[in-house]
Amino acid sequence: MTGGAQAPRWIVPAQLSHGAISAAIADPIQKRGPGRLWFYALLATLPFVLVTLGAIGAVLTVGIGLSGVNTTVVWGFSIANYVWWIGIGNAGTLISSMLLLTRQRWRASINRFAEAMTLFAAGIAGIFPIIHLGRPLYAYWLAPYPNTMELWPQWRSALVWDFWAILSYILFSALFWFTGLLPDLATMRDRATTRAGQVIYGALALGWRNSARHWQVYETYHKTMAALAVPLVCSVHSIVGLDFAASLMPGWQESIFPPYFVVGAMYSGFAMVVVIAIFIRWGLNLQAVITPAHFDVMGKVMLFASVVMTLSYATEWFMAWYGGEPADRDVVRYFFVGDYRWLYYALIACNCVVPQALWFPFARRNLWVLAGISVVINIGMWFERILIVWNTLSHGHAMSLWRTYHTSLYDLAILFGPLGLFVLGFLVLVRILPVISMHEVRQISHDEGAAA
Amino acid sequence: MSRPSTKPLLAEFETPDALVRALRLARADGHRLLDAFTPFPLEELSGALEPARNPVRPVMALAGFGAAAAMYGLQWYSAVYAYPLNSGGRPLHSWPVFTLVPFEFGVLAAAVAGFAAMLWSCGLPRLNHPVHDMPQFERASQDRFLLLVAPKDAPAPLRRRLEEAGALLVSEMHG
Repeated sequence: MTGGAQAPRWIVPAQLSHGAISAAIADPIQKRGPGRLWFYALLATLPFVLVTLGAIGAVLTVGIGLSGVNTTVVWGFSIANYVWWIGIGNAGTLISSMLLLTRQRWRASINRFAEAMTLFAAGIAGIFPIIHLGRPLYAYWLAPYPNTMELWPQWRSALVWDFWAILSYILFSALFWFTGLLPDLATMRDRATTRAGQVIYGALALGWRNSARHWQVYETYHKTMAALAVPLVCSVHSIVGLDFAASLMPGWQESIFPPYFVVGAMYSGFAMVVVIAIFIRWGLNLQAVITPAHFDVMGKVMLFASVVMTLSYATEWFMAWYGGEPADRDVVRYFFVGDYRWLYYALIACNCVVPQALWFPFARRNLWVLAGISVVINIGMWFERILIVWNTLSHGHAMSLWRTYHTSLYDLAILFGPLGLFVLGFLVLVRILPVISMHEVRQISHDEGAAA
Repeated sequence: MSRPSTKPLLAEFETPDALVRALRLARADGHRLLDAFTPFPLEELSGALEPARNPVRPVMALAGFGAAAAMYGLQWYSAVYAYPLNSGGRPLHSWPVFTLVPFEFGVLAAAVAGFAAMLWSCGLPRLNHPVHDMPQFERASQDRFLLLVAPKDAPAPLRRRLEEAGALLVSEMHG
């Protein structure tokens, strides 16, 4: 996949010079204004942000009764949203670190904003378990600390695992992202024309000098972090899978859940990266560094993930039948003919059927088609998460308790609101920090220039 | 400082190949290479400079395994001694699930310690450094390749060598 002896693929030849790369990435931030569209987009996100803050405020003051949960379906949108966001959040670091370890040099164009996506998405995901606690004011009881009640966390509880997994993951991802950013902050410092720019970027760059010794240590640390990131990311989403699999509920207590959740995370995360890449490429005119070849490989990864997801669903059905447990078999029957069957068919269509279009090169190269498929995958992955929650809880062991979920206004607010928060984060980010790793793109251009 | 004639020279090159060529020539003449400043890591340079103190990996291993062991100890102490709770008849010391939190915490501790070790061995944060005052130094983070060499006696032959190798600008470093 690396350049080899072929023509440059990951960068447009006209832009091969190192100076041109810095200019293409840094100038939109330092030399050009944000433009009117950016302001409109920012304004458009504000209602979403207000809705999110309002919904969080409401649930903290009124209580969890605002949500559509009931005594049977005790989990709802909060949990599905949590899994959806943490899935997207997992993918950024996973993509970046796996591609670094497997020496996929093309990652240079996408890793920075994929990692930023991780930070925003994992941060948003972290809100949901807290607002879904019946008593959110005691969220800090999850941490082990000496207290007058002489209580300790229940280490066998999946909620406690979640707490540590998310905490470690967010802090780790922030460090990984900042380390990659450090040399680029030095570039921003050196290109800054205003005093404020020099001081702020200079302080953030910590005095980075691009010294050969710095680079040596930097590479050691960055590669080691990547090697740690892969098992960390897999463990984080496996622990999310264990939230379900560690229970005794039909349809949840499956050993396939942890790996199936990890692949699901990579799947929805790649889809989100494609959407963001299309926007960034268009918004910042980065056609030279995000090329059709990037979209082509990302399309192939999504296709692969789609096949694995389909296989996972089939395994779920097969194991329910093969295991022979009546409750398990009944839940799978309920998937197809129960109250939520239309959502389930939509899930299959979104995650298994539509992405098969990616077998055709045309679909991987046409950005409209690719963006459409990516959005469909993300919708399908949300259906998957809500149905994992709803199907099992609505159709558990006790028939007398079978009930369905009734979506409330609050549920819709916490479903759509955070999307605006996420977009707002990106809009601000693209105006202050380089969204593409300049030093890594320079290296590709050096390697491809040498090869071509 | 006692011998002002041996102040190091900073040479600016347009391409990494020119820098590597100059580096070989200067070393063949017996001059001492101090450092190189490049907009991206150059593989050719990794062996050329005397290795920096690079304790990043041992520090990360120590912090990671240490923090994981400490976290496991905390779980064991709290679940077995401080707050024994019979949860469905499971053993108080439920070691299989007690490995999850130490793993997460150990990775976090390794990351934080590694970051600190990286900064320490780079001598950062240090917002100002004499090389920042040199002409064209701001290009090292963009599109130029700089080489810092200490001449073995008089600077003139070294300066000539560097210019032969294609240096665009050779300047004497102060401070």
